[in-house]
Amino acid sequence: MKFSLSWLKSHLDTDADAKTIAETLTRIGLEVEGVDNPAEALRPFKVARVLTAIRHPQADKLQVLSVDTGDGQPLQVVCGAPNARAGMIGVFGGPGTYIPGSDMTLKQASIRGVESNGMMCSSRELELGDDHDGIIELSGDAPVGASFAEHAGMDDPVFDVAVTANRPDCMGVHGIARDLAAAGLGRLKPLDVPVIEGNFDNPVAIRIEDPAGCPAFFGRTVRGLQNKASPEWMQRRLMAAGQRPISALVDITNYVMLDLGRPSHAYDLTTLKGAIVARKARPGETVLALNEKPYALAPDMTVIADDNGAHDIGGIMGGEHSGVAEGTTEILLEIAYFTPERISLTGQKLALTSDARSRFERGVDPAFLDDGLAILTGLILDICGGDASRVTRVGSPPIVEKRVAFDPALTRALGGIDVPESEQRSILERLGFRVDGEVAIPPSWRRDIDGPADLVEEIVRITGYDNIPLTPLPRAPGVAPPTATRSQTAERRIRRAAAARGFDEAITWSFISDGDAALFGGAAHIVANPISEDMKHMRPSLLPGLAAAARRNADRGATAIRLLEVGRRYLAEGERPTVGLLLSGDRSPRGWQSGKSQKYDAFDAKAEALALLNAAGAPTANLQLTMGAGDSWHPGRSATLGLGKAVLAAFGELHPRIAQALDLPAGTVAAELYLDAIPAPRVSGRTRPAFAPPALQPVSRDFAFVVPEGVTADVLVRAIRGADKAIIADARLFDRYEGEAGLSLAVEVILQPGEKSFTDAEIGEVSAKIVAAAAKLGATLRD
Amino acid sequence: MSDVPRKLPAIAEIEKAPTLEVLEGLRVETLGKNGSVTALLKSLGSMSDEERKTQGPIIHALRATVTEAIAARKSTLEDAELDRRLATERVDLSLPARNIPKGSVHPVSQVMDELSEIFADLGFAVAEGPEIEDDWHNFTALNIPETHPARAMHDTFYLEAAEGAEPMVLRTHTSPVQIRTMMSEAPPIRIIAPGRTYRSDSDATHTPMFHQLEGLVIDRGIHMGHLKWTLLTFLKAFFERDDVVIRMFPSYFPFTEPSADVQVGWSFEHGRRIIGGSENWMEVLGAGMVHPRVIANCGLDPDEWQGFAFGCGIDRLAMLKYGMTDLRAFFDGDLRWMRHYGFSFLDVPTLSGGVGA
Repeated sequence: MKFSLSWLKSHLDTDADAKTIAETLTRIGLEVEGVDNPAEALRPFKVARVLTAIRHPQADKLQVLSVDTGDGQPLQVVCGAPNARAGMIGVFGGPGTYIPGSDMTLKQASIRGVESNGMMCSSRELELGDDHDGIIELSGDAPVGASFAEHAGMDDPVFDVAVTANRPDCMGVHGIARDLAAAGLGRLKPLDVPVIEGNFDNPVAIRIEDPAGCPAFFGRTVRGLQNKASPEWMQRRLMAAGQRPISALVDITNYVMLDLGRPSHAYDLTTLKGAIVARKARPGETVLALNEKPYALAPDMTVIADDNGAHDIGGIMGGEHSGVAEGTTEILLEIAYFTPERISLTGQKLALTSDARSRFERGVDPAFLDDGLAILTGLILDICGGDASRVTRVGSPPIVEKRVAFDPALTRALGGIDVPESEQRSILERLGFRVDGEVAIPPSWRRDIDGPADLVEEIVRITGYDNIPLTPLPRAPGVAPPTATRSQTAERRIRRAAAARGFDEAITWSFISDGDAALFGGAAHIVANPISEDMKHMRPSLLPGLAAAARRNADRGATAIRLLEVGRRYLAEGERPTVGLLLSGDRSPRGWQSGKSQKYDAFDAKAEALALLNAAGAPTANLQLTMGAGDSWHPGRSATLGLGKAVLAAFGELHPRIAQALDLPAGTVAAELYLDAIPAPRVSGRTRPAFAPPALQPVSRDFAFVVPEGVTADVLVRAIRGADKAIIADARLFDRYEGEAGLSLAVEVILQPGEKSFTDAEIGEVSAKIVAAAAKLGATLRD
Repeated sequence: MSDVPRKLPAIAEIEKAPTLEVLEGLRVETLGKNGSVTALLKSLGSMSDEERKTQGPIIHALRATVTEAIAARKSTLEDAELDRRLATERVDLSLPARNIPKGSVHPVSQVMDELSEIFADLGFAVAEGPEIEDDWHNFTALNIPETHPARAMHDTFYLEAAEGAEPMVLRTHTSPVQIRTMMSEAPPIRIIAPGRTYRSDSDATHTPMFHQLEGLVIDRGIHMGHLKWTLLTFLKAFFERDDVVIRMFPSYFPFTEPSADVQVGWSFEHGRRIIGGSENWMEVLGAGMVHPRVIANCGLDPDEWQGFAFGCGIDRLAMLKYGMTDLRAFFDGDLRWMRHYGFSFLDVPTLSGGVGA
């Protein structure tokens, strides 16, 4: 919402300067996004008189002017404007002046051999309009030598105010003035509403067939008018508001909307046929709107139609066909009330925004139809002449008198500030409320007010949020107790454990491309209105995002990539907290000790998965490994880690086809941890069990088994550990050899003696148990 | 029996022994099983008591002398040997050692940890909620009906839905966590809810996915003075400066009444934008008293319970504190960026050690 200071002052009697006004507006909730004085750019331009004009000796289309700029020393200026002539008064810019419309700075120059000391300017050169056919011509009484901007009344700061969605009353300058007056910045001038009875009956019949969408439609005809240019004062205000003047009728309706927040519409009467009806759109009906675009309407939209069909998308945009034009002499004026919810839905469906829509959908003042129409008619008669009919009033706008409980104590209880009761009442009254004992009745233009909290906001915002005293939040006694949940703690620990292990934590998009999602089983959730096709499918895995990041890093020359992300997978059954990690490139670079660089393999992914699961508190020693992590993974070089039925992690190499589709650097391995599958640890307080180290040293024995195909190292070691849990403290695979006899696995077993050292017989016994346990798997002791 | 010599000729040889091997030979010759001194010691057994009385000490002294001489010479020879070996044992320790990769924590995670720590001290727990939300939690319960103009401002991402089913949305803010918390927990409530949020918007300062922090206090007698104090206290703690100042302006959010925009003061220090002081102002938070209708929507009595809510961008907080300028880089996974702006695993925010790094 943009308006100039002088415009505001037409509604507000105030001595306040632009700075005070801007500060006050922001302070009361009408945030000023900028104050711009168009005169600043025009400061160097002066009103100047052309004394003489003679033809340029070298060019037919140029003239050599002598220009009086007010300092008594006429200047010679070369000018190409056809309208330049002796005696005219125009706008002059001297050497060194920046010309905004042509983005250049004037210099003293010689034009075809004749010295020129500046320029007489056109409207376009000063960015005041499109006119470039000639130089600006000012009236004969313009003071030569004066500042042009000042003379033209352009030294008038323009405020740009962001009006929040709850304040349609401030989408007009009058409403803004009212708020400023309530804040003590002057006196609101009452509106001057002319009384225009009309001289004849409105010849156009008006009907409402859709009272739900358009409960009220007031109209009148004006005939015998002349749709010329609007007056300069109005054009200036419209331009301050960022609108281009078009013609008097269009400008007047726009002006009333910007000035009073009241949209209206003027139809060229000669384009209408029969009665004007506010009705629902018919299936398949289309309207060519004023923006020259066709809109296909649906039956839940309100249109204004005549016998020929729909002309106007009610409350949103008029139609091209029935709009006023230069030659228009007869009009039907429409001031209607459209139901906000309907306007909002129609606007959303058509994706059509307009100044009218933004006011109607927020709710215009339902009690301002008659006065609005009178003001509108008055302006038209003043500017365009003509003769107005009597008013046709169809339907009635929904004027509801709301009664809101007013409890002065609530200002303190909710707003946290003491405001004397009399001042509270006064603020409400200045804003147009009626206060009747313990009830406040909001004005018709404040559709947003419907509860006691709204009254508190009005009182506190006018009093100023700055004045609310700081009040410490009550604090529980003692040291603040911990607040993190187990899963939050697990995520934090994983993140920092990973950083300690050399991972860089990335955050990648939750949405990925169709293709990438398909590689991991497809997305369960698809964005219907994505920002791009690449950001459409809610990720079923964190790995595609990390893969893309790895690819980008590899393309930038990174040779060692260790990426991690903590985030969610979006599955049909819910959002799952997940950790993805990806290792790519060199595990160790070539080195003077290690020789060639070494690439990552699946065991690196395994080590990281285990370390991070451990950091999250998972019982890693008990995890069962199952080969093959699923379709996205290399069938022989991936596995899952599980506990019972729960899968806690998958790791290994991705399936070569997927690695290729993701364009992953060769030798990339990955893992995904499923945090929600980690079981809760048993809570047993902070006290640890007593420390009881064994009295005797453990004994180590090595066993080598030839194992049949299909028996994994994990299964063998587990079987050995379970052979005698009392004695076997640990078992660890330390060698693997594939020979003629088959696969041989060597395991170091740690035996822990109790009170006494082992006898040979005891060692023999446990050895036999170990061999027997291995034999159950088909493993035999290697010779 | 001849007299025992007071000094064996061997002593001189021992002291001059050129190598450890020669010295060992001399030890065997004197103290070995058949050595000369051993023989003398053995002879003590066949002596008379009187003879032993005089000879004993002499022979023992002799053994001690020889033993000492051998030990002394051994030590000298070993030192010389060590010196000789050390002279050959040299490596260029300027050669690079094995490199341990250094990881990093993403600034958004770091800032979330900082926020959790600060708000834990103020009694706020961390709440979570789904990112794929239903329309009711994201809008309706927050007093944003379908026809509300504010809905259009949210640039909502909708998910594809089966014919006739209401489409789910990607939450446009973390405010639905307010609803979920009020519906699942009995007041008093103090929570913050950090998390991913989504809006259909993309430029240098807007990304279609970003992070928001929601705060909610529901209790008896909570008012705007508490809100103002909480936000100022939080911002001072977060930016680690005492000169942080805020101002609050009336604003509009459908789910709060009264509503406020909160600006924080900032200054230029050494050509960089620093939060603190009041030379300039920028908006950092939206806040307000929870709308009575929102409280009622969650099944609480708005006449008994009231409180405040606030929201701000976590990515933005990170940018303001740590100086990043391009939001898009947050989600690019560029290792160079992460190593530049990321944090060490040791930078765990604590009240005693500080919440910044």
